[in-house]
Amino acid sequence: MLKAVILIGGPQKGTRFRPLSFEVPKPLFPVAGVPMVQHHIEACAKVPGMKEILLMGFYQPHEALSRFLVSAQHEFKIPIRYLQEYAALGTGGGIYHFRDQILSGGPEAFFVLNADVCSEFPLQEMLDFRQQHGDMHSFVILGTTANRTQALNYGCIVANADTHEVLHYVEKPSTFVSEIINCGIYLFTPTIFQHIGNVFQRNQQELVLEENSNGWHRAEVIRLEQDVFTALAGSGKLYVYKTDGFWSQIKSAGSAIYASRLYLNQYSQCHPERLAQNKPGGPIIRGNVYIHPTASIDSSAVLGPNVSIGKGVTVGAGVRVRESIVLHGASLHDHTCVLNTIVGWDSTIGRWARVEGTPSDPNPNDPYAKIDSETLFRDGQLTPSITILGCSVTIPAEVVILNSIVLPHKELSRSYKNQIIL
Amino acid sequence: MRALILVGGYGTRLRPLTLSTPKPLVEFCNKALLLHQLEALRQAGVSHVVLAVSYMSEVLEAAMREQEQRLGIRISLSHEKEPLGTAGPLALARDLLAEDGEPFFVLNSDVICEFPFTALACFHRHHGGEGSLVVTRVEEPAKYGVVVSEPETGRICRFVEKPRVFVSNKINAGLYIFSPGILRRIQLRPTSIEKEIFPAMAQEGQLYAMELQGFWMDIGQPKDFLTGMCMYLQALRAQHPERLHSGPGIVGNVLVDPSAKIGANCIIGPNVTIGAGVVVEDGVRIKRCTVLKGARIRSHSWLESCIVGWSCSVGQWVRMENVTVLGEDVIVNDELYLNGANVLPHKSIAESVPEPRIIM
Repeated sequence: MLKAVILIGGPQKGTRFRPLSFEVPKPLFPVAGVPMVQHHIEACAKVPGMKEILLMGFYQPHEALSRFLVSAQHEFKIPIRYLQEYAALGTGGGIYHFRDQILSGGPEAFFVLNADVCSEFPLQEMLDFRQQHGDMHSFVILGTTANRTQALNYGCIVANADTHEVLHYVEKPSTFVSEIINCGIYLFTPTIFQHIGNVFQRNQQELVLEENSNGWHRAEVIRLEQDVFTALAGSGKLYVYKTDGFWSQIKSAGSAIYASRLYLNQYSQCHPERLAQNKPGGPIIRGNVYIHPTASIDSSAVLGPNVSIGKGVTVGAGVRVRESIVLHGASLHDHTCVLNTIVGWDSTIGRWARVEGTPSDPNPNDPYAKIDSETLFRDGQLTPSITILGCSVTIPAEVVILNSIVLPHKELSRSYKNQIIL
Repeated sequence: MRALILVGGYGTRLRPLTLSTPKPLVEFCNKALLLHQLEALRQAGVSHVVLAVSYMSEVLEAAMREQEQRLGIRISLSHEKEPLGTAGPLALARDLLAEDGEPFFVLNSDVICEFPFTALACFHRHHGGEGSLVVTRVEEPAKYGVVVSEPETGRICRFVEKPRVFVSNKINAGLYIFSPGILRRIQLRPTSIEKEIFPAMAQEGQLYAMELQGFWMDIGQPKDFLTGMCMYLQALRAQHPERLHSGPGIVGNVLVDPSAKIGANCIIGPNVTIGAGVVVEDGVRIKRCTVLKGARIRSHSWLESCIVGWSCSVGQWVRMENVTVLGEDVIVNDELYLNGANVLPHKSIAESVPEPRIIM
């Protein structure tokens, strides 16, 4: 049997996702119409032999999270539980702390997936790869190719070209190491806990020697990447399975629009029923668009490509939406134009208003380019990025909001450009 | 009576519109700029108008032949080999102007107002001096050259360029009437009437000022063209409200050529001029704009403070604002944002212009 662990982090993480993460835990933020982690859960549930999915993080028990777990269990017919870390224990510390829970029932292997990635999740392929290349006790990292400069922002993997054994692993190097990067998706066997345990023992010894421990350093805080993979590299136990399928991190809100596009593309293969169609009396659909069945869309609206319309959204006559996510309860009045924008829950955009951002897509001419996790400011200027309206923001009629971030519950009275509106 | 209109050169300040059409023929409120002046002059009894031009345009000549027929007046073009300023053209056209021995009008071609030519001629005959000029009040006199005159008679004492303390709030409105005697003061060479001729006349007590009632604007630049349009439409509201458009979706003063088509669910106005053959599709919002002949504004677009040139096509969900000026036959693709763009003729715009700039 198999299990899967999805690392969802906690409220102190995901600050680059503000102001959207104020309202909903980032893993539940809708990407292509469904919560971000639902894509992970769906991929795990599809793997034959999968018996349980564990979400792990340090969110306090949360109504939205519990509700999501109930509905996901129901939808995917598989036990799903949330295991709450007592503190942020790192990518390795959490699974080590809950190792008995993971190992109960005796899985021969388990997946670990970071929640903030979007991927094709070639989990079956990782299992097959292990069968073919490694021995049955080896561990597999999902890897993908990045370009030479962007690789420095990720965990870099040097592998034997024939055997795919990981020879060297370094997290976010300062100089070029390899263009193969860590996708944050792993296949482990129970023996991984011996290796994490070794790190734990070593940490404890170091803490004893270090007299003035300030209480911040805990032996239980263990990072899989720096603490475990670096040590395992070259030992014949760690392998990389390279995928050419789509993959992206979802760090900033801008990358959520990009991730939505990747998943919506995938829907044409695996969930055509989730894609809106041009129908007589319906709005005009261009490219891939998700519309929640409860949304009310005027027939003269033009939507897409890459648009997700949430629950109970109202879209008026002559509205144009492109490359955007409109969250539940929002209302777009007649003739508005919404481009490269996330419209927050219950926000309202007045008629003829234009709300526009600048896409942060990877360089389209470089097949290995990834999305840049830009800093918010460069040279004291707000970097042009997608426009984000927080929850319950009101935009008056006829104004333009360009490359701006509007914090929740603001009622604007004029146009804004390149600003954060507190 | 006769009149000289100082048309001048290439109208560079009103580019990109004047790259396609000579400035006097650019439509202001659906009528060629020069016609506003020609019609007012004819009304005041002028039978012969001389246009002082420093470049020749066949289009302008042909249009003037047509207007001679229509208005029943004579129109001559006086061509300067080199630009002669604001006074030199009077010397060049000396024979035409002095022929009948009557006072004659001189006016700058960029001025729009309720032309008071009859009153000006009357004022001039009454005081008997050599020249009269129309002055208009301004709020911030420090930006202009002001005219200081005797309140009773209107006799001009002096001119003060950009005064640092308040001396007067009246400026030269660019409309004059002169007795033929002025011509002896002017040589055939580049000369400024304001700087070189008027001060001497004022010193001799030969120059009088008549204050203009109503609006006045120099519309030589796009920004002022739009401001002038607002003033003109407001004056039209007072005098000829029947010429303004009304109906559902029309707000404030809006002038629409009868051959233009406006779609459903639009809101047009206040202060909009829509030219002949223009098509405004459904759901368009326009305020404070001039849309010239043959242009098309596609559905759901939003325009404020723009001049849309002849035969342009503005795409769906386009937003244009902040004195965006499109030259002739410009195509703006769907969903773009133009902020203060100045677009030369025959361009196709495929990218937004978020900050003001010129698109060559």
